[in-house]
Amino acid sequence: MGIASEAVDHGRVVYARAYVRLKGLLREPHWSIAEVIIPMLSISAYIYMYEVLDAPNEFLGFVIIGGAMLSFWSNVLWGMSSQFYWEKETGMLELYMIAPISRMAVLIGMAMGGIINTTIRAISIILIGTFLFPIQFVIGDLSALIIIFVLTIVALYGMGILFASLFLLYGREATHMADLMQEPIYVLSGMYYPVLSSRFFPTAIKFIATAIPLTLGIDGLRQLVILGGDFSSVIPHMIGLAVLASVLVPFSYIALRKMENISKREGRLTLRWQ
Amino acid sequence: MYAVETNSLSRIFKAKGKPIVALKNVDLNINYGEILGLLGANGAGKTTFVKILATLLLPSEGKASVYGFDVIKQAKQIRKIINLVSGGETPGYGILTVRENLWFFSQLYGLSGNLAKERVKQLIHDMELEEYVETRMHKLSTGFKQRLNLARGFINDPKVLFLDEPTLGLDVINAKHIRKYVKDWVRGDKSRAVLLTTHYMAEAEEICDRIAIIYNGTIVACETPQTLKASMEKSTVVRIEVKNGSSLSFENVSGIIGSSIDSNSNGITKIKVVLDDESRIPALVSHLASNGCKIMSINTSEPSLEDVYIKYVGRGISTDGHSK
Repeated sequence: MGIASEAVDHGRVVYARAYVRLKGLLREPHWSIAEVIIPMLSISAYIYMYEVLDAPNEFLGFVIIGGAMLSFWSNVLWGMSSQFYWEKETGMLELYMIAPISRMAVLIGMAMGGIINTTIRAISIILIGTFLFPIQFVIGDLSALIIIFVLTIVALYGMGILFASLFLLYGREATHMADLMQEPIYVLSGMYYPVLSSRFFPTAIKFIATAIPLTLGIDGLRQLVILGGDFSSVIPHMIGLAVLASVLVPFSYIALRKMENISKREGRLTLRWQ
Repeated sequence: MYAVETNSLSRIFKAKGKPIVALKNVDLNINYGEILGLLGANGAGKTTFVKILATLLLPSEGKASVYGFDVIKQAKQIRKIINLVSGGETPGYGILTVRENLWFFSQLYGLSGNLAKERVKQLIHDMELEEYVETRMHKLSTGFKQRLNLARGFINDPKVLFLDEPTLGLDVINAKHIRKYVKDWVRGDKSRAVLLTTHYMAEAEEICDRIAIIYNGTIVACETPQTLKASMEKSTVVRIEVKNGSSLSFENVSGIIGSSIDSNSNGITKIKVVLDDESRIPALVSHLASNGCKIMSINTSEPSLEDVYIKYVGRGISTDGHSK
């Protein structure tokens, strides 16, 4: 089979898997509404807290950007990483495994569907936040904004694919792992406050935090739409995100193949109780 | 060459305590145009065998090939020409309709737009799913879900189809429809082959060209249903109903090839005993009497496939698939 026809086949798988996600959005819109309203509650709590403390107005914008990007993290953690585990539980994973397809294409399809769904949710959060609170966004450099956003998403979903491989191998234990990761990521990525420019966080912690694509992504977006930064102000963010993406994406591919082989050897693809 | 061939195939699962031997030196071939039934109780190794052939699990030892392709080295080639349908499994995404689910699976097998559309339409017709074509999968009854699952299994027009307990939990009409479709499908093209695992004797007898009996990971017999039954010619099957027989055992009773015992709630125990010769009946009756059993009825019958299974395994299979 030629490279072109193989690419077409991969494309079909990506589209089909993304289609499932998009149909879910259209057929169960109440889920999406809930996924906008619930983050708005914690966003509102932080905004009121900053207002009570008489914090600078840009902090309100920080919270909205952080809240919108949080949707992507939730999607990566629960919609991507845990997905293979849930598909194993329902028997769908077996059907993927016996098909002559690339597992990576399945995960990319999941990611594409998830990105479209989540982008709609994130935009909704920003629009509602802008409507409810006195926040002004100023886009100084659109190209820099697009580059930062795309790099963040690529690195973040690369991380999601990597976790999906681990979840495939560790099954139920992995969901506890996801639970454990949730709060530290909230703290380190600076969902509701700045981390990289903060005097509060030691340099070592800031360095560790930059290993999370979300930290650089959120900070870069805040620089560009709230603090009036230009292209040059986010070059370090771009470099950091590009490095993370170029490490996470190939590593996730290798991990997926390795985990699949281990799972086949140890029978973990088929044993649902583990 | 065979459609499926295994040589000394073994699979051992590592478990805490001691390893579990799921398959032990299995040598089994499936001819082109053949439906081979793999008959065994739950835990006998049927599903492990299927999963190795479907490239979901690696063997611990031995060799297996499907259509000449090695299950370890040529998994990708095998995946293009096989499909697997398991009973009681989810045949897709609940949020998608019947038509969308079949289209979804057609994309996993690289079917182009028009071919996918035609194949989906044909399978919906074949499985009599027209009425439910726009129904979301999660709203289907168990029977129609399984019809959809079977349609999914044919979406890539496989050469070798693995059916793992495909009629599990289905009503008679749906089960019969599925059996007939599978039988017609394999008869329609001699390059196809089916491996059917089941614990339903009647199902195996109705559609299989040959039946392999698996017990504790080992194939103990593999013949046509007729040959298997013919092997029982000299044997006698005795069905007895007794009272006070719940703790009955036939160990140390000579001439008994195998037995199955069913106790019900009103104190009646139904016993089926396969004897090597009719002349053993008086000894059997005296064994029952000496164990305090009150015989309610006793009669002999022609050996069935279930009796063949009892002969080879020593015990029967209950309707839920467990040894009895």
